[in-house]
Amino acid sequence: MTTDLRSRIRAANESTVEIMLSAWDNVVWVGNETAIDVIPGMTPTTVMHAGPPITWVDMCSSMREGVIGGLLFEGLADTAEEAESLIAGGGITLAPCHEHRTVGGMTGITTASMPVHVVRDDQNGVEAYCRLHERKRALQWGERDQQVLEQLRWMTDVLSPMLSAAVRAKGGLAVKSITARALQMGDECHNRNVAATSLLVREMMPDLIALDWGKDDLEKVARFLQEDDGFYLHIDMAAGKAIAEAAKGIEYSTIVTTIARNGVEVGIRISGLGDSWFTGPADLLRGSYFPGFNDDNVDADMGDSAIMETMGLGGQIQAAAPVFQQIVGGTVQDAINHTREMMDISFGRNPAFVLPMLDFQAGPIGIDMLKVLETGVTPIIDSAMAAKKGGFAGAGQVRVPMECFQKAFRAFAERYGLGQ
Amino acid sequence: MRMVVRNWVRRNEYRDSVMLMKASEDLRAVSGVMHAALMMGTQANKSVLEGLGLLDEQGRTARANDLLVAVQALDEDALGRAVDHVEAFLGGDRQGTTSTSFHLLDSAVQAVPDANLVLISVPGQFAAREARKALQHGLHVFLFSDDVPLQEEVSLKTTASQKGLLLMGPECGTAIINGVGLGFANAVRRGPIGIVAASGTGLQEVSVLIHRQGQGVSQAIGVGGRDLSDAVGGISTLQALEALDADVDTRVIVLLSKPPSKATMDRVLKRAASCSKPVVVCFLGQDVLGPSDGVRLAKTLEEAAGMAVSLANGQTYEPRLFGISREDVDELVAEELCGFAPQQKYIRGLFSGGTLCYESMLVLKDSVGDVYSNAPLDDGFALQDVETSRAHTLVDMGEKHFTQGRPHPMIDPTLRKLRILREARDPEVAVLLLDIVLGYGSHPDPAGALASSISEAKDQVSDWGGHLSVVASICGTAEDAQNLALQEDVLRQAGVLVMPSNAQASRLAGAIARCISVSEGCVG
Amino acid sequence: MTQPVSGLIGAQLTVINVGLSLFAESLRQQGIEVAQVDWRPPAGGDMVLLGLLDQVTQIDKGDDADDN
Repeated sequence: MTTDLRSRIRAANESTVEIMLSAWDNVVWVGNETAIDVIPGMTPTTVMHAGPPITWVDMCSSMREGVIGGLLFEGLADTAEEAESLIAGGGITLAPCHEHRTVGGMTGITTASMPVHVVRDDQNGVEAYCRLHERKRALQWGERDQQVLEQLRWMTDVLSPMLSAAVRAKGGLAVKSITARALQMGDECHNRNVAATSLLVREMMPDLIALDWGKDDLEKVARFLQEDDGFYLHIDMAAGKAIAEAAKGIEYSTIVTTIARNGVEVGIRISGLGDSWFTGPADLLRGSYFPGFNDDNVDADMGDSAIMETMGLGGQIQAAAPVFQQIVGGTVQDAINHTREMMDISFGRNPAFVLPMLDFQAGPIGIDMLKVLETGVTPIIDSAMAAKKGGFAGAGQVRVPMECFQKAFRAFAERYGLGQ
Repeated sequence: MRMVVRNWVRRNEYRDSVMLMKASEDLRAVSGVMHAALMMGTQANKSVLEGLGLLDEQGRTARANDLLVAVQALDEDALGRAVDHVEAFLGGDRQGTTSTSFHLLDSAVQAVPDANLVLISVPGQFAAREARKALQHGLHVFLFSDDVPLQEEVSLKTTASQKGLLLMGPECGTAIINGVGLGFANAVRRGPIGIVAASGTGLQEVSVLIHRQGQGVSQAIGVGGRDLSDAVGGISTLQALEALDADVDTRVIVLLSKPPSKATMDRVLKRAASCSKPVVVCFLGQDVLGPSDGVRLAKTLEEAAGMAVSLANGQTYEPRLFGISREDVDELVAEELCGFAPQQKYIRGLFSGGTLCYESMLVLKDSVGDVYSNAPLDDGFALQDVETSRAHTLVDMGEKHFTQGRPHPMIDPTLRKLRILREARDPEVAVLLLDIVLGYGSHPDPAGALASSISEAKDQVSDWGGHLSVVASICGTAEDAQNLALQEDVLRQAGVLVMPSNAQASRLAGAIARCISVSEGCVG
Repeated sequence: MTQPVSGLIGAQLTVINVGLSLFAESLRQQGIEVAQVDWRPPAGGDMVLLGLLDQVTQIDKGDDADDN
């Protein structure tokens, strides 16, 4: 009986990885839209956030700042106090991005009027969304002053529509084409995205220039992109979410389809276990703080950006980005060793993403809950830290707690009749 | 000056027990650090730290899969140094510096298809599982781990023997296969004597004595301490006997164990007797109860080695009590007797090798009778308090009491050094008896490590007008990295009487003690 | 039905070390090739889960009829 179960799991995992690979080949950034027009379940009074479900009371401080900022942006409140009353009065719906075909970086705050990237896989018939990456001081870091809100408005009114028009004129942008090249240029596509963003700008420039928008706006867009190293990440994240949508819900599959954090908890989801979250405590990152920041004034691991790791990038392939080791006090050998470890806990390999530092081996894909449990090795996430009061506080790495996988496996055992 | 306690929790980080101990030791050496411990954040470990006053709020949040660092220091500066030190020692998230390491036995087997042997030293409750995987892959197993359930041992060995695989262990500390030392083993020349041993240090002592008499070892197979119990029935022992019987390079076989259970002993002796080669059997003190035709019986490890060497050389074995002349022994004894104060009369033995401790107790029966111990020959002589000796006492410092959360005394001499000093403070103690074990895995300079404590102890005793006699043997060869000759010199310079075997050292200690108890004019 | 021990005595030793690295070091000092398995507690150390895990990951006892 268990041989039968074993082979079903194997077959399911093979299918899951096959779908992930084909989805990687298919995902296209087709344009940007307004959140309420595309995100299922978005309403004028919804604020979506990163990570597994969490209540207002339990939220960490930078995410709360972000929620307040979202309400200010939407004009639902004029001050923080009004925003908090609105929430306390039950007038606001808080929801995890992940449960709405959406992902959000860091605080992940996504509200109705915000523009989102739309990434589609026509073959697998899925679509996913992620709001645009903000430059420097940002709502995604939990900052919400005038400058931040003004930038967001400009992004909504100018940046997003321009980029959207340009990419439509191109007929869409195959996400893989930039991601794969960036991996050969020192990005691991979670913490480091500067090569990818640079490639994106190169791709988009001619079509942006050819648009019928004013020179002034064009200059501001160019300057924005010049100053925002991480811009490409959110396009990559939307792609990752589309792939997750394609790969979810496969019976018997033990492949991880979500890793997401909200500064308080880390949640994972498994393909063969549908929409159930399996959570553990979010830990502080280990790495480097910017001046003025330390263990006591930053929030713990946060963001849906671990969708990158889920799809075989970021902390799964540190060997692609040796420079990142300087942030975490590691060596080049550590980068290689970590990547080998991640290969040990993944079910398959992605030939689209090749690693020169590992003799051009294909990168890992399909984190397997069973391998995590067997080896005792949990996935590494390369990420950034938010200050409790809001702001970019530093960067580092952290591991998904084993607890998540233990809970997931208990559920798997129950659902699929193990131990009976 | 108030001391400060601080904990750091390194999430989802794992290090094996030896690494954690090394890191703890290293940390304790940092200036200003009074106490330090690195442990996995299990409930049990947190309780230990709580009991030591080393746990704080942060530490309490540690989970079983987190690494907990606990430090007690003089001040904040010292804590700062401690933190830097830990970071440097453990490294970012580094688990090991080897570029090719695996996380699963299965991955290693895939990458190394020629593998034929797996060494396993993981915590006991997981060890059988790893051993089973190895056997399923068709690999032989050296199982160092202890605390493996008896039922698992039986099941594993049954599977192994059906597949023509050898499972050495559980709790097997030593083997020499094809001239290669596994676990804690000495560098010993190849030769025609094959050894099967249900004891680590027993195997070491016999192999070393064979080497020192100019002979050599073909194979030395450890079978684990429980193999000759009725439950296991000697599965590995029988396999080993058969393998050595069939091995062209083996001409003599030695079988070593503490006294086995009757039924198993009979079965094993029967098989031994039917070997095509002479078999020397040493059941350490057990006069054989079963059929002993066709095998030769040795009473001590030394005798087993001597008989095997004689057989290999085609000579007759001549048992001797001492390697030196009777006169020389008497002289040694007389010299020691000169210095004792009237109330000094007891022997205190502190052993790193369990079987060596056992052999000593056997040998001492002839001279001083029963002795107390934490692993006594007779339950009636069990020490009430393992930390406190009484009358004649021999302590096996490799026993669980001393090794919980600490490295084995063959690796780390700290506890033995402390105990030497404590014994010396007892005015009734006359003789200290020690074993020093060299070889792979052992401390790089065990004699040097103990010498300072020995000198200090002797000085303490002579200060108040007494004399502390220290007798020791070194289980090692000239080929061991620790340099046997140098180890002997270091001990002799500290005033130790170094004897060529554990049996002789015990005999000398016994002779000295017996002479004390007899009136003047005594000879050993 | 026991089989004679084969493939060990007289064979070139190629070793896999699971656990304490000091054993691998001793072997390398003797010129023996050792693959190191950096072992960690499986299933986060939960024995009950481990029992369930083995049901879906261990090599089937029937599979190894073709081994050796």
